[in-house]
Amino acid sequence: MFSNPAFLTIQVLNSLSLAMNLFIIASALTLIFGVLRIVNFAHGAFYMIGAYVLYSVVGSFGETDLGFWTGVIAAGVVMAAVAYVVERFLLSRLYDKEHLLQLLFTFALVLIIKDAVIIIWGAPQYSVSFPPMLSGAVNLGITYYPTYLLFLCILGPLVAIGLWLGLEKTRWGRILRAARLDREMLGALGTDVTKVFSAVFVIGAAMAAIGGALAAPRVAVDPGMDALVIIDCFIIVIIGGIGSLWGSFVGALILGFLTVFGTLIFREWEIVLVYVMMIGVLLVRPWGLFGQPEAERH
Amino acid sequence: MDDLLSVNDLHVSYGLSRILHGISLNVRRGELVSLVGRNGVGKSTTMRAIMGLTPPRSGSVRWKGQEIARRKSHLNARAGIGYVPEDRRIFSGLSVWENLDVARLPAHDGIAAWDEARVFEFFPDLERFRDRKGGLLSGGQQQMLTIARTLMGNPELLLLDEPSEGLAPLIVANMREKIQELKAAGLSIILAEQNLDFVLALSDRCYVLEKGEIVFEGTAEELRNNTEVQDRYLHI
Repeated sequence: MFSNPAFLTIQVLNSLSLAMNLFIIASALTLIFGVLRIVNFAHGAFYMIGAYVLYSVVGSFGETDLGFWTGVIAAGVVMAAVAYVVERFLLSRLYDKEHLLQLLFTFALVLIIKDAVIIIWGAPQYSVSFPPMLSGAVNLGITYYPTYLLFLCILGPLVAIGLWLGLEKTRWGRILRAARLDREMLGALGTDVTKVFSAVFVIGAAMAAIGGALAAPRVAVDPGMDALVIIDCFIIVIIGGIGSLWGSFVGALILGFLTVFGTLIFREWEIVLVYVMMIGVLLVRPWGLFGQPEAERH
Repeated sequence: MDDLLSVNDLHVSYGLSRILHGISLNVRRGELVSLVGRNGVGKSTTMRAIMGLTPPRSGSVRWKGQEIARRKSHLNARAGIGYVPEDRRIFSGLSVWENLDVARLPAHDGIAAWDEARVFEFFPDLERFRDRKGGLLSGGQQQMLTIARTLMGNPELLLLDEPSEGLAPLIVANMREKIQELKAAGLSIILAEQNLDFVLALSDRCYVLEKGEIVFEGTAEELRNNTEVQDRYLHI
């Protein structure tokens, strides 16, 4: 079946669009971990909130371009507001406590958000259409491909470059990188590190929600959607190297291709393939493909 | 009353172990005061407590008359206290220039401001390595960078923790000159050191610490002439 170029092209693009959608979410997870040193189990729940907010906004605006893009922005804004309150009043009290409490806290958020979603939106499965301007398909010569998914393929690298420029070329990014390396020293040099943490958590949560809003047209919007994505994101972050932006980019590509081609070739054994690959990476590089061993961080 | 910094009866514990038992000291404007003593007597902890990095169990730290014990370190940095840690703590993944940039704070009134141009003039070696990652510098260069980085915050008081540690003799001599120049430029300095020659050459006054307490206090001249204190608390 891979000798058919049209079929192969579609599968490659499917892999890319899945990978790039996951990258937007996973890069935010790795950013939060890198700076706050907190494993945010609720990241998938934030993604789910984004998808539901988009669904509601599209519902009230109608299925128009304005409705869709307003929904994407609203997903980010709503999630940012929720994340700000969560970080300022709850999570920030746990920074100097043991890691287990932080894990329990973010896991509690998963359960609370899931119930809140069921209370607000109910349990049924919703679907969202592509925005009109990106509906339809593009003629690639050998085959047609959905415009919206192609848009995701292009958006991912743009987000990656944007994040990279932000981290490398702005003072804000330099402060973030310094906070990742030695937060106490950064504080002693005059930066209010609590504000940095708050900002990173809010931005990371908003990115997860925007990723969820953008995913809504290609997945089913239901109260179980968070569990699928959080596992994918953890796999991406671990194989890429925790805290590494380009690591999560490459990790997302690997997972995207393994998922799409693995399903084609191995059917239900695809999930095994992903874990075997993760074990393989960790055997060779326990700190991930682009990560650094803990001892060399300082 | 015109003390820039005065520390009174400072007690610090880590868990159950008591590190400082009632440290009192003061620094006047423009003065270089040393904390001397062997390893582990509480010099670094005293500095960390002044900076707000290790909260004291009791006691007072006054900065220009205002109580700052238990205040967060970033506020102390902004108020004009500059901390140069013993282990340098360069941001290894950031370039020399980036290390300086993240430490930039506005200058206080009436004091010539530090910026990268002035810092590079002061430490010409650093300018050559402007774009090199901090983690790839030699020990001496890292020591210069950690001081330069703190200067970017335009401090009025510099807490210098063991600046000569682990450096080659030639670089130690150079460091001594640099500290002298900083003092001449009007900075007040607290210097923690084990190297007695280094201390005696630079200090106005010295405090000798032993097991978390001050056991001697006097001018550098008085410490130089007091061989008994030197033998008991400083020589190995």
